[in-house]
Amino acid sequence: MTEKIRKRDGLIIFSEYEKFSGLKKALSLSQDDILFELKSSNLKGRGGAGFPISTKWMLTAAAQSSEKYVVCNADEGEPGTFKDRVLLKEMPYLIFEGMIIAGYTIGAKKGIVYLRGEYNYLVNPLNEFLDEMKNENLLGENILGKDFSFEIEIFSGHGAYVCGEETALLESLEGQRGEARNRPPFPVNRGYKGFPTTVNNVESLSTVPHIIMKGGSWYSQFGTEKSKGTKLISVSGDCEKPGVYEIEWGTSIYDLLELVKAENTKAVQVGGASGVCVNKSQFDRTIAYEDLSTGGSIMIFNESRNMLAILKNFMEFFVEESCGQCTPCRIGNQKLLAFVEKIIQNEQTFSELNKIKELAETMKIASKCGLGQSSPNPFLSILENFKEEIFDSNSRGKYEHV
Amino acid sequence: MFVNEKEKILEFIDTIIDKHGIERTSLLPILGEIQEKFKCVPEFAQQRVAKIMDIHPVEVYSVVSFYSFLNVEKKGKYILRVCRSVSCDLAGKEKVVNILERELGLKIGETSADKKYTLEYTNCMGLCDEAPSLAINDQVYTKLTTEKLYQILSEIKENK
Repeated sequence: MTEKIRKRDGLIIFSEYEKFSGLKKALSLSQDDILFELKSSNLKGRGGAGFPISTKWMLTAAAQSSEKYVVCNADEGEPGTFKDRVLLKEMPYLIFEGMIIAGYTIGAKKGIVYLRGEYNYLVNPLNEFLDEMKNENLLGENILGKDFSFEIEIFSGHGAYVCGEETALLESLEGQRGEARNRPPFPVNRGYKGFPTTVNNVESLSTVPHIIMKGGSWYSQFGTEKSKGTKLISVSGDCEKPGVYEIEWGTSIYDLLELVKAENTKAVQVGGASGVCVNKSQFDRTIAYEDLSTGGSIMIFNESRNMLAILKNFMEFFVEESCGQCTPCRIGNQKLLAFVEKIIQNEQTFSELNKIKELAETMKIASKCGLGQSSPNPFLSILENFKEEIFDSNSRGKYEHV
Repeated sequence: MFVNEKEKILEFIDTIIDKHGIERTSLLPILGEIQEKFKCVPEFAQQRVAKIMDIHPVEVYSVVSFYSFLNVEKKGKYILRVCRSVSCDLAGKEKVVNILERELGLKIGETSADKKYTLEYTNCMGLCDEAPSLAINDQVYTKLTTEKLYQILSEIKENK
């Protein structure tokens, strides 16, 4: 095996781990035992939506079908997120072990990694790694002598943010435009090619072998009441030590800023472009599903930054990446961006502001998928938390520059 | 497009079809391979793929037009994509763009007349901790400085 492991410290994913030990142990357990451990671990989906993994697997396992699939969502496109890149590059065995364990548990014979096109340089190393696993009988027919066969394929995306949404991802895998599907039916019943499919994030799958090794109750001792375990976060922006960190759920923004050596921080965007932006008075809030939820992106802005320019960048992103199939998202994001541009020109009125906020709220409930449901987040939170700066053109400085 | 280029693309499609098969799930991998080799998926190529897969050409076009890494018009041999997402913006993406525009004589979104270079923006490439970043085809370059950019440019300029 050829991957280079940079030494990282962490409680779970970045802790000491003997390669393939989780997989080997899992294959000696019954499917029910695995589901039990996952349930007691309370592991939730790490892509951001936070759906319990044990429930997803249980539903897929319970579905009656001749074929089932395991799909790994490696379409990490949320601005400011790069934790999956680090896992794919440095610890691919954890991901593949998680997928094989998933296949064993739900009764699937095939796994597909949907790798975003921007990570195409990882295709060859990942395929080489898979070949080595095949040589060691960790993949293929009768894995480790068991009556269980599984194969993994890498599928390249072609540059579409919306394909990170699980049903859009499935459409893309099937050779269609990446447009989200109506739900129900959910992928656990009708996913890839209409067969029951579990779609899991890279980080969720990478956590599974650790839970198998040390047990669900061990895992659930970390974190908070409602958010168990740890989270990988990708920190970027104005700080001395950007990078990927494994933190316990419940860590405050203050502690995080100290960890990454950020100074003169004015704002922190939690959850990427589709997340919320908090100001200084909220730095005691914590990273947790019940408080500031994130798929992993933390962007730090210092006092010199122009919040309006940052907001404009986010909204331009959504206008471009909206797939266009539903009106609230397609038109809504354009309207939000147009309003940001109006503020830049100092042409906004307050009655308009109220209307546009209403529109943003409507987008949250009326959009078909997560993209349009969450794209108003930065708009609403930046306008609310940085009003003085945003509505006073003198204090903003030049808008062209972030 | 020259006639022999057209023939080359059609021939290429015929040679890769066996490997991928004609199931709909093979459409993106097929289009991706055409794009990678010829830097475009022109209309006649879409029609050929549609015919082989027994779907309407509009189906193929709807897919080509959806994904930002697939395009009908030919792009350059080197596609330079500068990340414009926030972290790279904070780290000085603008300076990177200025240098590239000046050195290549292109504006963002343009392809050089000799079809050697295309300069464009891309959204977050997941390199935010090493911003500002740039991708040239599948190769990524991070923590860009003026010096580093000049070096990268001279490397690709030498590579004919």
